[in-house]
Amino acid sequence: MAISLYTQYYPGHDTCWVDAVSVRHALLALLAEGPKYGLQLREEFVERTGEVWPLNVGQVYTTLQRLERDGLVESDDAAEPGPQKGFRITDGGALELSGWLRTPPDLSLPPRDELVIKVLVAVRLPDVDVHEVIQVHRRYLVELMQQWTRLKEDEAGADLGLSLAVDAELFRLDSVIRWLDTADGRIRRATVDPPDPAPAAAGPLPKMRRRVGGRR
Amino acid sequence: MSVLEMRDVGKAYGQGMGKVIALAGVDLSVEAGTMVAVMGPSGSGKSTLLTIAGSLESPTSGEVLIDDVSLSGMSRDDLARLRRRSIGYVFQDFNLLPGLTAAENVSLPLELDGVRARVARQHGLEALDLLGLADRAGHFPDQLSGGERQRVAIARAVVGERRLLLADEPTGALDSATGEAVMRLILAACKRGVAAVVVTHDAQLASWADRVVFLRDGRVIDRTMPPPGPESLLEADR
Repeated sequence: MAISLYTQYYPGHDTCWVDAVSVRHALLALLAEGPKYGLQLREEFVERTGEVWPLNVGQVYTTLQRLERDGLVESDDAAEPGPQKGFRITDGGALELSGWLRTPPDLSLPPRDELVIKVLVAVRLPDVDVHEVIQVHRRYLVELMQQWTRLKEDEAGADLGLSLAVDAELFRLDSVIRWLDTADGRIRRATVDPPDPAPAAAGPLPKMRRRVGGRR
Repeated sequence: MSVLEMRDVGKAYGQGMGKVIALAGVDLSVEAGTMVAVMGPSGSGKSTLLTIAGSLESPTSGEVLIDDVSLSGMSRDDLARLRRRSIGYVFQDFNLLPGLTAAENVSLPLELDGVRARVARQHGLEALDLLGLADRAGHFPDQLSGGERQRVAIARAVVGERRLLLADEPTGALDSATGEAVMRLILAACKRGVAAVVVTHDAQLASWADRVVFLRDGRVIDRTMPPPGPESLLEADR
């Protein structure tokens, strides 16, 4: 079967990682160090995340406007909008930042993972070798990890931000591969030693409660 | 030129109904300066592949060549000499001799190969120094941490003119930071021209390799493609 059919799994890593909430608080964190210009904030954000998560100037200014609207930052009223306009954090902003840092993100609901769905679907399709599906993704993920590891090997020694970001990505991809390995073994065992048939021969897929409009 | 070449290698244990096929038709080539990782679940044949590559076991079928010389025609003495001179082994449990110091453990293969004790010791100290263990040379294995013991094992594996390094889950007993340090040492050995085969079920470990081979039920089922440079991960317009 065509490999292209399988490799549409999206590793879930791009600028959406830097969602609106993260940018908002990352900018507050940078402003907690002292007043800064918009362009400076963008450069420092990119630098401190090891250049792994790009951020465009438009995102920075849109976020700063919202932070100002919410009373979390103040700007130089006299300055024209643009790169030379300075921003500083307010007491309310410092409180917001402190609360965010100490509040664990909501990980209680599983994300809608395309790969999990693909394997759940493939395991029930009669003409599809689910192990081949799993292996195609396993290889792809290992190749991605090789690229991230090269990055660490080449540059990470001198850049703490990059090292931390690369480690996070490696552990995330590794966890997906571990799940694939476990799924592969579980499906093989189920094929060799199938469970006793339930009253309904093939039960429905497991249901997981999902919050409307929840995270991906 | 390939330092290690395995051609259509098979290995079976037992006979008749009890016959177990550990490897079947494995082709693997590892060039100088290259690290290849072999991944697969327990029982996939990873360790058998490594022991056959290191001439610790003979294949049932196929051929193994080291530096273009086939192992199948070699006498036991020649094989033993090859193992001492050209092949280094790193195991998960280090396999250091407890009654010898770090320096003595490292220089032992050279002494067994007829190198004079003083010269062998000098080479051993140089290998330890390369791995940042010069000040631990006089310590016994039980006086060293797990990471230090594995670094001694790697020094022993690359001492002298070793061409091939074979590692079986070399970071299995270590924490992730120490494990990463061990992989950096194996990579450094490769950059000096050593060919390495690392057997593992750990993707983070395998990702240090130039190529990854996937083994299942004794067969190679897949291989990674050469990855593009890491700069492709940092493109701003993703």
